[in-house]
Amino acid sequence: MKNTTVAKESKSITKPDAPTLRRMLYYLKLTRESELRIEQVLYRQGKIVGGVYVGRGQEAIGVGAALTMRAGDVTFPCHRDFSVFLIRGFSLADMLANWLARGDSPTRGRENTLHIGDVRLGIIPIISPLGATLPVACGAALVLKRRGKGNVALVHFGEGTTSLGDVHEAMNFAAVMKLPVIFICNNNQFAYSTPVDKQFAVKSLTVRGPAYGMPGKSVDGTDVLAVYDAVERASARARAGKGPSFLECVTLRMAGHSAHDAAEYVPEKLKQAWAKKDPIQRLEKVLLSRKIMTKQQIEELGKQVSQEIDRAIADAEARPLPRSEEAVAGVYCEPDCWWRKPPSGVPVPTSVATDNGPRTTDD
Amino acid sequence: MALLTYLEAIRQGLWEEMERDPSVFILGEDIGAYGGAFKVTAGMLEKFGEDRVIDTPISESAIVGAAIGAALMGMRPVVEMQFMDFIACGFDQIVNMAAKMHYRWGPAVPMVIRGPSGAGVHGGPYNSQSNEMWFVHTPGLKVVAPATAYDAKGLIKAAIRDDNPVIFYEHKFLYRRIKEEIPEQDYVVPIGKAVVRRPGTDITVITYGAMVWTALDAAGELEKEGLSLEVVDLRSLLPYDEETVLASARKCSKVILLHEDTRTGGMAGELAALIAEKAFDDLDGPIVRVTAPDTPVPFAPPLEEYFLPNATKVAEAARKLATY
Repeated sequence: MKNTTVAKESKSITKPDAPTLRRMLYYLKLTRESELRIEQVLYRQGKIVGGVYVGRGQEAIGVGAALTMRAGDVTFPCHRDFSVFLIRGFSLADMLANWLARGDSPTRGRENTLHIGDVRLGIIPIISPLGATLPVACGAALVLKRRGKGNVALVHFGEGTTSLGDVHEAMNFAAVMKLPVIFICNNNQFAYSTPVDKQFAVKSLTVRGPAYGMPGKSVDGTDVLAVYDAVERASARARAGKGPSFLECVTLRMAGHSAHDAAEYVPEKLKQAWAKKDPIQRLEKVLLSRKIMTKQQIEELGKQVSQEIDRAIADAEARPLPRSEEAVAGVYCEPDCWWRKPPSGVPVPTSVATDNGPRTTDD
Repeated sequence: MALLTYLEAIRQGLWEEMERDPSVFILGEDIGAYGGAFKVTAGMLEKFGEDRVIDTPISESAIVGAAIGAALMGMRPVVEMQFMDFIACGFDQIVNMAAKMHYRWGPAVPMVIRGPSGAGVHGGPYNSQSNEMWFVHTPGLKVVAPATAYDAKGLIKAAIRDDNPVIFYEHKFLYRRIKEEIPEQDYVVPIGKAVVRRPGTDITVITYGAMVWTALDAAGELEKEGLSLEVVDLRSLLPYDEETVLASARKCSKVILLHEDTRTGGMAGELAALIAEKAFDDLDGPIVRVTAPDTPVPFAPPLEEYFLPNATKVAEAARKLATY
């Protein structure tokens, strides 16, 4: 991937070139369609058990942020940031196998949804008490800073999570130590059913940045170019040793909290207003107007994505469930580590974490 | 050989591991310029520099979380809790993040959380607790509690070299009260191995931490009365040494389980269940617990004295058990 340097900006800030813009659309579509299949097909067929959380309406945040990442950067996506995993190198089939609780999936049936990680890919997953990844991102950033190669850690969390103590501790910690962390708040306006006015009393969360001694910025979270640019600028600052930034990306969750939730608490007018700001349609307009893609090419891309998902689902469904007795294996990391052996007698999927230490990846 | 206090032995263990392995670093509150509330890390900032001896804001969750993040990136962080009572502020990071990470998706999480625990110094409810069982009940963690200077050094080294999160309970009462000759050469005390501190024949007292010394005092006292106590020092609570516990119980046929921690849900209950399940036929009397009562740790000396087990209480329990 080649990006063109913007002359007026600092040399480290890049603007997305045409191939990057096409990748943006590809990942937006792949994410949207994959989540629709998960939520409206596989879950309803009873093939996916447990909770199903999707990021419809906020795909641009993950895509915009992850596409700025460079070799050696680390990201901490949240539970609606499906695209980040794909962009960092997880195969869709591996991810779907995880949703389907398969034995040869990244977590071998131990974990659900997007609780998937791989240190080599620079992806550290959430735990369900959200906000807990922010301090962990500080630790990763501490190491990145010491390595001195200009790497950053990105961490995503929702606006509801900003009410937790861990967020305060981590933002203060990062600012005091000038750590290269970008705190990305996916503000989708509802934490489960709780609206923002019952979550915090400030008019805009951007004040949280200066409150800790770091810049605070807000962008339209349905505009992938705006997200990309804002993360790129915050990262450039962090890479230059100037410390963390807080970035709010505003959107609306165009789905329930989970698949069982009809989100009737979201006012209809609000839904209609934000439906007009669909991140995929917005980017398509840009691509068409800049003549980077034709209508026909966009339609073709949609078909390709659909076929890719068909293949990934078939691959994932063909994998076996874990063996029951594996429930007690791999609690401790010992020299004869269970995770280093293939699961259920089949080869380890290519994106399973087996080594401690980040892998150098190049987008 | 050098004569070192329990506290100096911990410092020497940390020091040597930092010299041996550049991925080891320490972080916590007041540990750098000040050298730590108890001076465990005194001199380390001067020796190893600010990158490896990190003074942090008062943020236990951020400190533990940052250690986890660094561990995932290939480092071996050692966190100091100023008092183990304050570990509650980092609880979610320990039990939900660090403990479960390897099981959930496979990475190594090599890190140590160490700090002073225990009563006997009039610290009151928040500077005296023995809260080790919070973590013994969390699969994925290892929990150790050394009683001697030799073990303190050997266990801190083993903890740092382990690829799992280890919670290291130091006993503040022992910091400067015990001294021991420590070998010059490098050694570790393996996690998960108990030791018989004093062999005996009539009753075994199974314990850990500062209570090892209480048990030894009681054993010395009762020897004069012709009653022979064996004293087992667990050293590790998770995983614990089932083999040594059962061997001692079978040998003596009478068991006292002693700890400074409160009674309900304590280590004694776990060991009693183990012995009842696996050595029932070898027992000649009830399994007896000598523990603190189910209260917070009180401040005033008469209250704290009442709260804590001591040699007299152990001896009384032993005399009664001997009649079976």
